[in-house]
Amino acid sequence: MTSILTNLFDGVAYGMLLFVLACGLAVTLGLMNFVNLAHGAFAMAGGYVCAVLVNQSGWPFFAALPLAFVSSAIIGAALERALYRHLYTRSHLDQVLFSIGLVFMSVAAVDYIMGSSRIFIKLPSALEGQFDFFGVGIGRYRLMIIVICGFLTLALQLVLARTRFGSRLRAAVDDARAASGLGINVPQVFAFTFAFGCGLAGLGGALSAEILGLDPYFPLKFMIYFLIVVTVGGSSSITGPFLASLLLGIGDVAGKYYVPKMGPFVIYTIMIVILIWRPNGLFGRTAAR
Amino acid sequence: MNAQSDVGVFARAHARWHWSEIAFWCFLFSCGFLLPSRFLIMTEIVRLALFALSLDLILGYAGIVSLGHAAFFGIGAYGAGLLALHGIIDEPVLALVAAGLAAAVVGFLTSFLVIRGVDLTRLMVTLGIALLLEALAERYSNITGGTDGLQGIEMAPVLGLFAFDMFGKVGFFYSLAVLFVLFLLARRIVHSPFGLSLRAIKNNPLRAAAVGVPVNRRLIAVYTLAAFYAGIAGALFTQTTALASLDVFAFERSADLMLVLVIGGTGYLYGGLIGAVIFKILQEFFSTLTPQYWQFWIGLVFVVIVLVGRARLHRWVLFVPNLVIAQFRGAKAVVTVPESDAS
Repeated sequence: MTSILTNLFDGVAYGMLLFVLACGLAVTLGLMNFVNLAHGAFAMAGGYVCAVLVNQSGWPFFAALPLAFVSSAIIGAALERALYRHLYTRSHLDQVLFSIGLVFMSVAAVDYIMGSSRIFIKLPSALEGQFDFFGVGIGRYRLMIIVICGFLTLALQLVLARTRFGSRLRAAVDDARAASGLGINVPQVFAFTFAFGCGLAGLGGALSAEILGLDPYFPLKFMIYFLIVVTVGGSSSITGPFLASLLLGIGDVAGKYYVPKMGPFVIYTIMIVILIWRPNGLFGRTAAR
Repeated sequence: MNAQSDVGVFARAHARWHWSEIAFWCFLFSCGFLLPSRFLIMTEIVRLALFALSLDLILGYAGIVSLGHAAFFGIGAYGAGLLALHGIIDEPVLALVAAGLAAAVVGFLTSFLVIRGVDLTRLMVTLGIALLLEALAERYSNITGGTDGLQGIEMAPVLGLFAFDMFGKVGFFYSLAVLFVLFLLARRIVHSPFGLSLRAIKNNPLRAAAVGVPVNRRLIAVYTLAAFYAGIAGALFTQTTALASLDVFAFERSADLMLVLVIGGTGYLYGGLIGAVIFKILQEFFSTLTPQYWQFWIGLVFVVIVLVGRARLHRWVLFVPNLVIAQFRGAKAVVTVPESDAS
């Protein structure tokens, strides 16, 4: 019984991490209908920035996290202005080719600069180990992830539901043409959201170094996971991707624990079955129209 | 002349063999005699060309964007490897067909998943199937040899006559012959009414359905056919290298394949062949430049091609040949890449 709860806890932590990593992609796909396979590259950038700051410059871990966010957001904003915005109206094939190219470039570049081995970020000792909570083993680091990601999710939900920017964004996702007709500057909203999503991915990358492992192949290895979150969750609200991430996290942890030999088999099968059953995602409207 | 016979005349004119095509194939066969020291890399090019031809069938003619075409390549590769390893079918040509059919069966079964949903769902499902097969191959390592791959494959002579030699001469001509036969078949198919209906579907599925084209059945058929081709390409891989490892399913293989096809241009069959040559030359060039990091340059090629625009790039490349032709004939340029963007 306790092992089930521990697994559940790990799965929730994993799922929340995936949500922070992938929610930027949900907006990219939903708002601009842009198939961005390179989303993981931004996460990797954040992770490496954090690793360099902590391991080489001796920054404290919690000070490096915001920097990971900021640097990924800046890279995202620069690339959006320089390259991405030319491709919004192109065919999906072009977008896929372009973002695969970016993935390949980021993988080779990081390999060249940082080496190909897995990188670990030195954690403060307060985050190591685990404690018992009514017999359920709870990892401190995972607890921290749940707390941080939980706050982020709440904040995102509030921003989307309560602020002026949030309502603009929702309007643009619902119908970009009508929104621009009402005087909303859709490209600006999108550029900002893109950068913010990249920043979140960077933060997620920094947090995930401990759990998912950080190496130059990160964008390739987890590409499918991000895509699963978005396609299964849909993009009509933030709740869809959130539930999809939790489902994916719990499913993956449980699958690896109870049927270790099947490996990632469980997740792919679940994904394919869900997409057959509901091609537009579990929750509401399709991501790509 | 009514519309129907108009279409017929037009289609027949397009289906006729052009002298440049004949020259192209003569050149390919003569390569085997002109460059006797380069059999291995030429075999690789031929194999890649066949694989790209298979993707062209679904991407260029039916407009299905697939991120997991390596799935069928892998099935063909392991199929041929297992058949040879356990001595089930010794004769390479028969084994080739058997491996291709195995891939076709999987293609047929998965086509029902692929025809559902929009572009994004297709991307996901094709990618998912390739990853699933990779995970399966890793799981059943007692059959597939796991990460070590199948080892100790020995190929019997082709048709019982030509034994594979260490210079790869037989392997090259064998691959080229297979490519030629399958190319003829593909050429026949895309110029048939079936092929024309595929183009109609690619341009506008709704309209195609409205004029009576059974859209889903056609897509299933061409997807199965493409899987068969990819399976044969994979089987050729195993037979000419005596090797099959997990990386036959790798995502990079599917991604590189898209680049090959896009370099050459989609929707006229020769795109894959030309693209394979250019891609291999680029790859060789980049890996002599920076041995470990050639992927960076490949990625850069992807990005540049997309940013410049595929159609524009092909216009630039064809500028000089068209100028020459225009000089000789005094007519307007005739060589174009008939490409309407795959969506």
